[in-house]
Amino acid sequence: MIFYDKVTKIYFDGAAPAVADITLGVDPGEFVSIVGHSGAGKTTLLKMLFAEVVPTEGSVFFGTRDIGKLSNVELLKLRRNIGTVFQDFRLLTTKNVYENIAFALEVAGRNDEDIAGDVPHVLDLVGLSDKIWSFPHELSGGEQQRVAIARAIVNQPDVLIADEPTGNLDPINAHDVVEILKKVNDLGTTVLLTTHNKSVVDSIGRRVVTMDQGRIVRDDKEGKYSL
Amino acid sequence: MSLWTTIKRIARYGFVGFIRNGFVSLSAVLIMTITLFVVAGLMISGAALNSVLKQLTEKVDVSVYFTTGATEAQVADMKKTIETLPQVASVEYVSRENALARFQERHKNDQLTMRALEELGANPLGASLEIRAKDTSQYEAIAKYLDAAQASASGSAAVIDKVNFYQNKTAIDRLTNLIDTSKRLGGVVALLMGLASVLITFNTIRLAIYTARDEIGVMNLVGASHWYVRGPFVVAGVLYGAISGLVVLILLYPFTLWLGPGSERFLGSFNVFTYFIGTFPLLFLVVMGFGIALGALSSYLAVRRYLRT
Repeated sequence: MIFYDKVTKIYFDGAAPAVADITLGVDPGEFVSIVGHSGAGKTTLLKMLFAEVVPTEGSVFFGTRDIGKLSNVELLKLRRNIGTVFQDFRLLTTKNVYENIAFALEVAGRNDEDIAGDVPHVLDLVGLSDKIWSFPHELSGGEQQRVAIARAIVNQPDVLIADEPTGNLDPINAHDVVEILKKVNDLGTTVLLTTHNKSVVDSIGRRVVTMDQGRIVRDDKEGKYSL
Repeated sequence: MSLWTTIKRIARYGFVGFIRNGFVSLSAVLIMTITLFVVAGLMISGAALNSVLKQLTEKVDVSVYFTTGATEAQVADMKKTIETLPQVASVEYVSRENALARFQERHKNDQLTMRALEELGANPLGASLEIRAKDTSQYEAIAKYLDAAQASASGSAAVIDKVNFYQNKTAIDRLTNLIDTSKRLGGVVALLMGLASVLITFNTIRLAIYTARDEIGVMNLVGASHWYVRGPFVVAGVLYGAISGLVVLILLYPFTLWLGPGSERFLGSFNVFTYFIGTFPLLFLVVMGFGIALGALSSYLAVRRYLRT
């Protein structure tokens, strides 16, 4: 479903490659944890999937489509099919929780009735029904991250990308977030997760890809965090 | 999803964003108010300048004095000929009787002159034509034509006594220069001030949108189309312009009312309040149109920087 074909990324001339000659395939419904030190190339790898970063060499395929060859309009459509969650939440700060999630649905072209039905439903899934009219600055980090996840999954995307989603959270909130990601995966969404957190990876017990200096150094079917 | 739904959502986000970013909106509106005030001020002062220049121009004319022997038919002929000249705006006929009446009026307190006139018995004044040109620079051409007409006629046909252009030439030339210079200077000043205020407004709106750049990045990421991201900012820009425009138009009422009598004393017959009321529809269109266009365009251009795919 996702295939990185000999992908290299060099950010500027003379720099060491952030990602070096990586070939990696991900099947539908998989839960893949990508681990590694800071600067190992995890985030670059993920960003190439929604074309926020363009590979210097090689191609990234989503299904049968080469992401580098998509038109702007096709790319926007692709992004609506990929949910994203980041360490810094990236919520729309001037919009309340309802509007943040509704925005993703509006962008996907859904009508107002659908939106009014889906937003409470997904908030229920992440356990934030009582915060529907709050603004991001009124929420804790864990709550903000759950809003971000709700926004990422509300369109029922094929893939959910979570880049260090637990990086700013305490262990309990981190655990909650991972549980939600597992639930999302159980419902059939492919999940790509990067993290530094050993206990998070160990608790998931699924495929673990280990990166170091832009290369994949391990790929275990049911791995543990080992660096 | 229908286009109408999209437009409704964009408009709503524009309004809501305007209110939630209250402080940023307020500063944008304030700056824009100053800009539009400058625009309205330039328009009004331009009209005042034109009015003053027009009044000055109207005070200038060239008179052709006829000999006392010239018949009314001859004068009327000459009047007709002069009226056909392309440079001439109007020609006024002053009959011998009128000329005498004017003379008496002007010298009614001057006993000596009046007595001399009485002793003379007959009317010593000839008829005259007061010629007004369309432009002060054209008097010379008219005067030359009259000179030629005078020179070609001879004997009893020579009915023109004198043309007073050359006595007034220096004054007319100076006035022509003054009018040209003030028009050019006024244009340059208006252009510079207009440009400066447009740039300041553009920068303010750019700053307002700069604070939202992360938000725009997130919208890109979620897959929002460019117009869906840009739309609400353009709506907010339109609101900045419309509100500032209204503020300026409302403030101009007491301002011109206060300035009215003073302006009339200082500028001759030009009263800024009368002008404000008289040209309100045009002023409304210019101020509102300029404000809305400037706000929308500034937002459009400022967001473009942060749109990427």
